[in-house]
Amino acid sequence: MNRNLTGNAFAGTGILTRLALRRDRISLPAWILTLAALLAGFTAMAVSALPTDQDVIQETELMAGNPALRLLGLASGASVGGYTMIRSYLTLAVLAALMSLLAVTRHTRQNEESGRTELVGAAVVGRYADLTAALLVTVGANLALVPLLALAMMVNGQPVAGSVTAGVSIAAVGIVFAAVAAITAQLSASTRTANALAGSALGCAGLIGGVGNMLGRVDGSRMRVLSAWPAWLSPIGWGQQLRAFDGDNWWLLVPFATLFAILLVIAGRLATRRDLGRGVLPEHRGRAQAAPGLPSPFGLIWRLQRPTFLGWAVGLSAVGLLFGAISQEMTHLDGAAAGWYTRMGGTDRIADAYRTSILEMAGMATAVYVVQVLVRCAAQETEGPLESVLSTAVGRFAWMVADLGNALLGAAGLLLIFAVSMGLAAGAVLGDTTGQLRVLLPASLVQGPGILVLAGVVIAATGLRPRWGAALSWSALTLSILLDPLFAGALDVPGWVPDLSPFTHLPKVPAVPVSSGVLVTLAALVVLAVALSTAGLYCFQRRNLALPA
Amino acid sequence: MTAAISTSALVKRFGTVRALDDLDLTVREGEVHGFLGPNGAGKTTTIRILLGLLLRDGGEATVLGQDPRRDAVTLHRRLAYVPGDVNLWPNLTGGEVIDVLGRLRGGLNPARRRALLERFQLDPTKKCRAYSKGNRQKVALVAAFASEVELYLLDEPTSGLDPLMETAFQEVVQEIRAQGRTVLLSSHILAEVEALCDRVTIIRAGRAAETGTLAELRHLTRTTVKVQTAGPIGGLNDLPGVHDVRPERSGLRFDVDADALNRVLQHLVQFDVSALTCTPPSLEELFRRHYTDHPSPGPDPAETASSLAGAR
Repeated sequence: MNRNLTGNAFAGTGILTRLALRRDRISLPAWILTLAALLAGFTAMAVSALPTDQDVIQETELMAGNPALRLLGLASGASVGGYTMIRSYLTLAVLAALMSLLAVTRHTRQNEESGRTELVGAAVVGRYADLTAALLVTVGANLALVPLLALAMMVNGQPVAGSVTAGVSIAAVGIVFAAVAAITAQLSASTRTANALAGSALGCAGLIGGVGNMLGRVDGSRMRVLSAWPAWLSPIGWGQQLRAFDGDNWWLLVPFATLFAILLVIAGRLATRRDLGRGVLPEHRGRAQAAPGLPSPFGLIWRLQRPTFLGWAVGLSAVGLLFGAISQEMTHLDGAAAGWYTRMGGTDRIADAYRTSILEMAGMATAVYVVQVLVRCAAQETEGPLESVLSTAVGRFAWMVADLGNALLGAAGLLLIFAVSMGLAAGAVLGDTTGQLRVLLPASLVQGPGILVLAGVVIAATGLRPRWGAALSWSALTLSILLDPLFAGALDVPGWVPDLSPFTHLPKVPAVPVSSGVLVTLAALVVLAVALSTAGLYCFQRRNLALPA
Repeated sequence: MTAAISTSALVKRFGTVRALDDLDLTVREGEVHGFLGPNGAGKTTTIRILLGLLLRDGGEATVLGQDPRRDAVTLHRRLAYVPGDVNLWPNLTGGEVIDVLGRLRGGLNPARRRALLERFQLDPTKKCRAYSKGNRQKVALVAAFASEVELYLLDEPTSGLDPLMETAFQEVVQEIRAQGRTVLLSSHILAEVEALCDRVTIIRAGRAAETGTLAELRHLTRTTVKVQTAGPIGGLNDLPGVHDVRPERSGLRFDVDADALNRVLQHLVQFDVSALTCTPPSLEELFRRHYTDHPSPGPDPAETASSLAGAR
């Protein structure tokens, strides 16, 4: 009886795995190829920035010796590959973890929330089948990541062994976070909450790893950081301690494998102890009546976006504090890193160049928020709730204006929150907090017109092609970020290509003073955004709604 | 009598499929109008056009004397809608959704809201994610009925409700009718239609196949007659309007067109009738005749439409 039960618990795993592969046939390969392309780009950037051994040594010493910079990456000896890992490991590990946790949630909790699990659950499908299928697919994706990441470094002339270790150290983090998501998918009945819980775990892992490196010390070579104990508590820390291009500490796969196994056992236990459709965490009851502000298009959309906004606000203020706090170290930069900021910031006053490029990145992050909330709001049309709203006395125009207004006010809020936290932290280390804020607050809002253009793209795409709007919008955002000189600078593209990104045209404030030419450019971007939004609104007013059948 | 809803020659195309093909529909003010038809016949499409959510490709449509597309906002203050598939925001409670939809419509009656929650036994503090299909349906029903409007558009509103709730629903609709308000009720539950509807429109493949009171519709169809006589009945097959004569254990059974009934009865008495039953057609039979006599051509237009538009 008991053995029978165990066998049956996995029944149907094979067919569910094939189903998951079929559903992810575009998204997972896209993730994997993007990650490999990013690593190839980062490696190419390092190769071209560090032509001589002297450059490698100088830059690695800088990254090792500066406690603030250690937060971002672990220095591990003088090599171009090692230097690439310092600059890119955190980004790639976080992205691999995101790919994994989103995939696992997609094939477990999201199916359950949408009712698809119930449909297949009635067929011959065991209790563990969907979880196992999700993990098989996700672990498989991470395994596929290893050779491609290794290849991305090898084509840039890096040694094979180190390149493979680099790939493994990134994929191992992805695999562990697949198991983390397997647990969070059991905890909450909501897909979004499950993703948010796993994402928070990822944030903590990144932070603990970084703090461990920051509190560490430099060894005799002055190019290798020996991390403090917190780094050993974090999977991202373990990945860095694998030290690709510097000894390849393979034994660290033991803690990875152990943690993965423990997490899986917990996830399996939780899966058998809850009802279908429910989470382990209790479902909270809410208000029996709407709060006064809720029953309006603006109030409703804000309520739906509020958790997303708060998450971004916390994240951006933490990053702002961090970048503000390392302002002191940045003023002493020299060599290739200083050259990069000088090029990107458009000035050789390194402090201004630094602030300019950081604000530009904050602007891009805010654009991601804007696209995310606009696309989510647009999804209410194809998912159905919009049918109920638009059959009340709310017109389509009023709805879209509330939608756009919410996204843009949120964006302004996020930019200001970032500028304030960066200004406060910079003021604490450099002095003159008021002066910092006086420069950073207006400069952050200069990012606005670039964000407006992308908002216009989403509105236009939604108005024209409701079912393709999301894909079009995300593609436009990705291209705008990748084609910006911050990233496209490393790629060998013709000069006009970066001009396609709205971010390219934003003035380099505060590095460059605001002139009338700058104002004309900003006005042109605003006009473009208004034109796109108007076209989108016009089409949305005059078309059939794309409601579920 | 004025019409609350009137469409004439309404056409809606999804790609090459004509989902609505010259549909004529008239709903009189103050009546409960049943809207029947097989899946994919165009019921939901019609209602969405009446709400201005979809655009018509031809014909005319007037709702409460207004144009459903041009006057959408002012019109929607005067009506309430319960969609066939109720999709709600998973992280809002049922109570919040009721208030949001009610107040976006222009206001709801708090006393009525309380009474309806009680009647439908709905817990308004649960998140919509946690509601079953039936309970989501109840949220939409309470949100609609808590608003005192002139017209209610209900698209299969009771699919998923249990029999007790079905009774509660019928009571509420009777009250609404007593107050002189108008209801368009799309439904598959024939007992519900028989209990509630003053008039019925049967729609097939985007056309109104039949419209009228139930009595009028019955008149158009056949009555089943069971008869026992002392001796064998002769000449029955030669009478006009008699169909499907078949022998029973004791006697005969056959169907008669409504207008031929009198003549057939006169014929039968010649043979010394000992027992006679006449059964008027049930709505089921009426329905089945319309659905199966003419098999619906082509695929389901709604499905085709979404696949043409590149649905998920």
